[in-house]
Amino acid sequence: MRVLAAMSGGVDSAVAAARAVEAGHDVVGVHLALSRMPGTLRTGSRGCCTIEDSRDAWRACDVLGIPYYVWDFSERFKEDVVQDFIDEYAAGRTPNPCMRCNERIKFAALLEKAIALGFDAVCTGHYAKVIEDADGNRELHRAADWAKDQSYVLGVLTHEQLKHSMFPLAETPSKAEVRAEAERRGLSVANKPDSHDICFIPDGDTAGWLAEKIDMSTGDIVDETGTKVGEHPGANAFTVGQRRGLKLGTPAADGKPRFVLEIRPKENKVVVGPEALLAIDEIRGIKVSWAGLPIAEVETGGEFDCHAQVRAHGDPVPATARMEVGGDQADAAGQLVVRLTTPLRGVAPGQTIVLYQGSRVLGQATIDAARSLQRAEL
Amino acid sequence: MPVYLDHAATTPLAPEALAALTRELARTGNPSSLHGSGRRARRAVEDAREAVAAAAGAHPSEVIFTSGGTESDNLAVKGLYWSRVADMPARRRILCSAVEHHAVLDTVEWLERHEGAEVVWLPVDSDGAVDLAVLDAELSRDPDTIALVTVIWANNEVGTIQPVSRIVELAHAAGVPVHSDAVQAFGSLPVDFKASGLDAMSISGHKIGGPVGVGALLLGRAVKLTPVQHGGGQERDVRSGTLDTASIAAFAAAAEKAAATLGAESARIAGLRDRLIDGVLERVPEAVLRGAAGNGRLPGNAHFTFPGCEGDSLLFLLDLAGVESSTGSACTAGVPRPSHVLLAMGLDEETARGAQRFTLGHASVEGDVDALLAALPDAYARARQAGMAGHESSIQTAGTLARRALNGG
Repeated sequence: MRVLAAMSGGVDSAVAAARAVEAGHDVVGVHLALSRMPGTLRTGSRGCCTIEDSRDAWRACDVLGIPYYVWDFSERFKEDVVQDFIDEYAAGRTPNPCMRCNERIKFAALLEKAIALGFDAVCTGHYAKVIEDADGNRELHRAADWAKDQSYVLGVLTHEQLKHSMFPLAETPSKAEVRAEAERRGLSVANKPDSHDICFIPDGDTAGWLAEKIDMSTGDIVDETGTKVGEHPGANAFTVGQRRGLKLGTPAADGKPRFVLEIRPKENKVVVGPEALLAIDEIRGIKVSWAGLPIAEVETGGEFDCHAQVRAHGDPVPATARMEVGGDQADAAGQLVVRLTTPLRGVAPGQTIVLYQGSRVLGQATIDAARSLQRAEL
Repeated sequence: MPVYLDHAATTPLAPEALAALTRELARTGNPSSLHGSGRRARRAVEDAREAVAAAAGAHPSEVIFTSGGTESDNLAVKGLYWSRVADMPARRRILCSAVEHHAVLDTVEWLERHEGAEVVWLPVDSDGAVDLAVLDAELSRDPDTIALVTVIWANNEVGTIQPVSRIVELAHAAGVPVHSDAVQAFGSLPVDFKASGLDAMSISGHKIGGPVGVGALLLGRAVKLTPVQHGGGQERDVRSGTLDTASIAAFAAAAEKAAATLGAESARIAGLRDRLIDGVLERVPEAVLRGAAGNGRLPGNAHFTFPGCEGDSLLFLLDLAGVESSTGSACTAGVPRPSHVLLAMGLDEETARGAQRFTLGHASVEGDVDALLAALPDAYARARQAGMAGHESSIQTAGTLARRALNGG
């Protein structure tokens, strides 16, 4: 197969490319330039597109003996990921930019160009597994090492995207193993630190970065009954589940700490309340997509058992889910309704809910509403 | 063996240069030393100086060996600027063509940012040739405020040859010295330093079959230059540092050979180029030749823009087919940017992004052109399919599925 290896300059993608080469594929390395003004140095947390990262990727390709190119996706990235991130926050939601990048850049813009240029697949260093069923249909599964598993951020991939995806690190027992393999293969990135933060916010200060881009104005902090208990400098700086930095003037009746329950951007209000009300029992999701072919219940509208996960490194909890189609909803494809058997804390609209059955990723939706049964009864 | 059509980037080492290089590398001796070993090394360097001078139409004392074209350009532009300003502080203006190589472009921009220079960019026509009327007007506007004029002899991207003699005439009439980057011209065109009247001229070894890492600045004997690099006072006290005897000898061997075969080789290479240009335009009628036509361009240069595709997609596909070419422009962290040369010639950014340069040299043969012409139509069709970066993808994503459902599709 002709394989395009997306090379970030990190150890995972370098080893993934090496394995693709070893498997006998015809591999070309491509580094995505996601910023027109790449930083020259790696400072603290690592961005995805410093000059040093580009050089590291290049060096890895040279060691592997494969061609190396830089493709400029900075404009698409700015529009589809960075601006989306700002817009979502401005609307009071909490987006996941890495998922957006997988959805729109790595497995869309990049994949499309790759296919047009004659490639069969895009290979990345994600820890996840693609399995083919008896009919050759592809399923997305968790990686062998559940601690490193990244299937959550790939949950957004459609059947078409999965058909052209290759994750050579699927069966790797651990990250240490990948580093040791890089060392063995003479790849200089063997001991390069992992990237953690959002790549386009190099200093990791998301609140400070957003404050420069979103209009913040002071507003009210209210409790769960709607009573004003304080003021905030800008609702968008808060996240659901947050406890610190509320600076509430009026203490709670029970004297216990209060948490952010909800952000209402239209009213510029932040709703706070006791910890118990953070427990979410039901989630409604929009922009639903299925990783591969949807399971039978999706078509019939029947309820199905599954596990739900709402953040990249969160624990999955048991749940039942069903599709709700029709009505006057804006989302004509239908909404996903998920009842959590074990309630989850700190669920914010804008986050992605990914559903699993065992190791298999069923699909995902963007959280539109998160309901606490206790709060609803107030 | 891939077909190499990137001679403007670097050329294969000439056998004569390789022989001189290995011969001198095996010997000991610093040309500045007074003993026997030093004398032998100095003999080799001075033989080389005479050979390079003869090849470039200069006097041996006008040859200043450097590490290559970039250093020569830096030395000429900074050195001339500083010495002219030292003589008369009002001389702050640098008249510079808009189609310079980065070694000159970035140097004058640096002088502007850090040394108080004022850069006047000389516009070019759609072929990339400097507008002499603008040059003349700038020269007559307060000539006492001009430090120097610098114009590339032949452009490295589109191959357009500048009217160097006319530029020198105009500048000298205003009492202003002229530097020219002749890195691409030397070895391909009859370049005669004395006849040109230039005050300073940069040339490089590896573009003419010599090794990388050696070049020369030709500097008129009466021209004052402030040194950039200080030390032992070698090379007329203008460029300090122990002379690289082996590389200099090899450079000279390549220069001698290039000068001896120039007429026949230029004609042969220009013949290949014309066949390449005709063949490309015949097979891909959408392609547009950039730069001057016929004798107005370097014999080995063919440069096109291909509409509707990214130059780097085309480069990639040709590379895959065993044909090595270039998009012609420099990059930062490997990110291809539209060429400043093409933009200066009046192209828009999208057109400029479809650039592809094919450059021929002494090693080129008919079969190289055949291979390109055979591979190009498919590569172009495919690159065009991959389209321009920045457009929205047609891959089915979660987002497009949701939108389609919304539109009742």
